[in-house]
Amino acid sequence: MERTTMDLWVGIFAVAGAAALFGLALKVGNLTSSSVGDTYTVTAAFENIGGLKPRAPVKSAGVVVGRVDNIQFDSKTFEAKVTLKVDKRYPFPKDTFANIYTAGLLGEQYVGLEAGGDEQPLKDGDKISHTQDAVVLEKMISQFLYNKASESDDSKKAE
Amino acid sequence: MLKRLAEVLRGMGHRIIDRIWRLGSGARFFLYTLIYSGESFRRIHLTIREIYFTGVMSLLIILVSAFFVGMVLALQGYNTLQKYGSSEAIGVLVALSLVRELGPVVTALLFAGRAGTAITAEIGLMKTTEQLSAMEMMAVSPIARVVAPRFWAGVVSMPLLAALFSMVGVLGGYLVAVPVIGVDNGAFWSQMQANVDFQADIVNGVIKSVVFGVACTMIALFEGFDAPPTAEGVSRATTRTVVNSSLAVLGLDFILTSFMIVT
Repeated sequence: MERTTMDLWVGIFAVAGAAALFGLALKVGNLTSSSVGDTYTVTAAFENIGGLKPRAPVKSAGVVVGRVDNIQFDSKTFEAKVTLKVDKRYPFPKDTFANIYTAGLLGEQYVGLEAGGDEQPLKDGDKISHTQDAVVLEKMISQFLYNKASESDDSKKAE
Repeated sequence: MLKRLAEVLRGMGHRIIDRIWRLGSGARFFLYTLIYSGESFRRIHLTIREIYFTGVMSLLIILVSAFFVGMVLALQGYNTLQKYGSSEAIGVLVALSLVRELGPVVTALLFAGRAGTAITAEIGLMKTTEQLSAMEMMAVSPIARVVAPRFWAGVVSMPLLAALFSMVGVLGGYLVAVPVIGVDNGAFWSQMQANVDFQADIVNGVIKSVVFGVACTMIALFEGFDAPPTAEGVSRATTRTVVNSSLAVLGLDFILTSFMIVT
């Protein structure tokens, strides 16, 4: 085989391999999603974040508007301090609710923002004061059982 | 009775010493290859030629099998995942299993079968027809001229092939999951991107494939160089290349994975 054609094929091979790696990083991995345009940072304190992880999506009305940047434990208030990075294009009012939801029954957890009615928008470094914790299945089940038990106690007393 | 026992023990000892001796000469061979690499880089077109024969010529088998592996993964994964109502996670399943495991491992196994055997047979025949001795006569080191270019070609080709394997496999999985089964397109990619980490998954996959590249090419080269200069010897060496490469790849995969999962 001609040496130049061989060189050409090896060049194509190397470029294709590098492109595949690049494509994997961008399309399959999360290399890009960490720096989507300009963002502003807000924090929210939760008593229980369940299985929320850094890089989890922040959604409002089902649309991804940002990502969870960092999760820390505040040893003064014994709460979880979650730092959210929200896209600059989406300003939210000051009294926005931050809830932790689960996608599906066993899916990943995400932060859902529900806009309030305040005129003032959230600014960089602000803290969201209205939060709702993650639903912990065990807690719900035990509460349900407790309620059931007390109900049957009441009905016995009524008899 | 005692005589027979001693005979059995002697046989065992002989085999063990033989293995260790081979391991030692393999290690020395590896060291020589590294030492003579600088000399072979001065004639870089030799390495490029070998990349053509080991890498480019392996593209077809790698890409076709990647496509089918991706499609089968999507089908099988969907079958189980839909029982739990989370068929959107199919993208994560396909991408993670390809990038972390199947990409590097299956590529290395195919590479051992496609390129490793060719290397062993070629070098074994060179030795049989005394081309290697002729080179030495002409004061050309056969390791610098024949072995080192093939070694570096394998080391360069393997990660590129593995990356292509993973990418094409993901595309194959996408083709089955989204147009055929009907998983949501956005969920497929977004779940994948949310769960595949660049550092922990993709970079570790590349590290694995580089290690497999070194192991596979080194085994193929050593078996060829060490083959008895007969027709039978070359054929046995070729068989040993496939067996040893596959075992080495799977064993190394376990060791590397256990390191990567812990850290």
